[in-house]
Amino acid sequence: MIITDAKYQQNEENVNVSIQATIDGQEYAVPMDEANRHYAEILKQVDEGTITIAEAD
Amino acid sequence: MSILKSSDDHLTINADGSGKAIKFQADGVQKASISSAGLLTSTTIDATALTGNLPAIDGSSLTGLTAPIGKNLIINGAMNVYQRGTDDVVDSTATFSLDRWYCYLKGGALATVTQDTDVPAGQGFGFSHKIDITTGDALGTSTDITRLSYDIEAQDLQHLEYGHANAKTMTLSFWIKSTITGTYIAAFYQKDSAGDRILSKSYTVDSADTWEKKTITIEGDASGTINNDNGAGLNLNFGLGAGSNWTSGTLATSWQNYDATDQFTGQVNAVSSASNNIYFTGVKLEVGTAATDYDHRSYAEELRLCQRYYEKYESTIKGATDAAGSHYMTVFLKVSKRAAPTIAYDSIYSTVGNIDINGFTVSRSGGETHIAGMTADAEL
Repeated sequence: MIITDAKYQQNEENVNVSIQATIDGQEYAVPMDEANRHYAEILKQVDEGTITIAEAD
Repeated sequence: MSILKSSDDHLTINADGSGKAIKFQADGVQKASISSAGLLTSTTIDATALTGNLPAIDGSSLTGLTAPIGKNLIINGAMNVYQRGTDDVVDSTATFSLDRWYCYLKGGALATVTQDTDVPAGQGFGFSHKIDITTGDALGTSTDITRLSYDIEAQDLQHLEYGHANAKTMTLSFWIKSTITGTYIAAFYQKDSAGDRILSKSYTVDSADTWEKKTITIEGDASGTINNDNGAGLNLNFGLGAGSNWTSGTLATSWQNYDATDQFTGQVNAVSSASNNIYFTGVKLEVGTAATDYDHRSYAEELRLCQRYYEKYESTIKGATDAAGSHYMTVFLKVSKRAAPTIAYDSIYSTVGNIDINGFTVSRSGGETHIAGMTADAEL
C-alpha cells in the first residue's frame, strides 16, 4: 500500500479516533482499530519510518 | 403349519418345510410375509401404525436417499458476488476483487481480475473468478510470487478443534481452468499458531484451458492454534507462480511450523506469459474426509455474508441541517462489520468520524453533509 497525507481526525471530545489518508490514490477514513487491515498497515509503515501521521486540526 | 403356545407364554408361528414363508392376509389378500431367510416383505405399511422407538439399524445399504451436503466454510465460492468491479492487480498489494477473494502478486507479473461467465458445464455455476495475466513473469527473482487467496475468520473455525487430538479433517474441492498444465499447490497458513503453521497440497492440471474438478484432503492440526476472535484463522492460497524463496524446500504435505521455502515447492509457472488465463469457481472447504456437492446459496444470502467484510453504496447519502445549524448525520451500515471498517468515498462534506462496526458519522461546520460513492472495508 502506498500511503500519503495521513492525518488524525478527532471526535467531539478532541480525542483522536480515526486517520484520514490517501491509500493507493484513494481517500480513506481509517478507524484506529487494530483489527482493521489499513490501520495495521499504517502502524507498520509508521514503525518502519516510511510515513508519519499529522496531528488533527 | 403349526401354532404353538409355549409354557412361558411366547407365541410361536412356524411355517414347516424348507423354503416356506409365514404370510399375513386380510380378507384373503396378502399384506406381509416373512420368508424362510427372515426377510420381511410388506405391500403397504401404514406410517400411522408405526409407533415406539426404532432399533439401531445399519443404514449403509439404504438407497434412494439424497446425499447430504456439507456446509461450505468459504463465502462466495461460486464467485457470484462482485461488489467492487474490475481490478488491476498492483504489485506487492493484496487486491480484493470478487468478494472475499484477493490476488497477491510480487515481482514481474501483472494481472486483471474479473468475474467471468466461463464456467464448467452442467454444474450449476454462473460465474468464475478470472485472472488474466497481462504481463508475464519468468520468476527469475527469488521473491516473486502470484497467488489467489482467501482468509477465513477465526471464530468461525472453532469447531475444527485445532490444537486438540480430535482436530477435524477437511476437504477442499474446486474447479480450475488454466492455460498452463502441470503441478499446482494449494497452501494453507495459520497465523495464530506460535511460529505459524503451514500445510501445502499439490494437484495437477491435466489439460490446458479445460475445466477440471480437484479434491484435496486437509488433515486436522492437533498442534495448531486458531484463536476465538475476529482475526484471520486460516488462509487458503492457490499458488499460480513462485520464485525460489517459496519453492526451494520440501513441500509441507503435513502441518509444520512456517518455512517459506516449503510452501509452494513444485508449483508450475502459470503466470509465465500475457497469454495465460486462470479461472476458479465452485470452491468449497468442508469438514469431513470426502467432498460433497456444492451448496448453492441464494444471491441474497451470499451478499449478506460478504457484506460483513465489505459493502458499497453507489448513491449519495445526504444529511439534514437542523434549526440550530448543526450539520451532522449518522450512516448505518447494512450489515455489522467484522471490525471497524475503513470508509472510502468519491466525495464528502466533510469529515468521517465515530466509525464502528455498525456505522459512522459525517459532520460539517457549515452547509449540508453528504457522502457519495461510499465503501466500508473490514476485510481480513
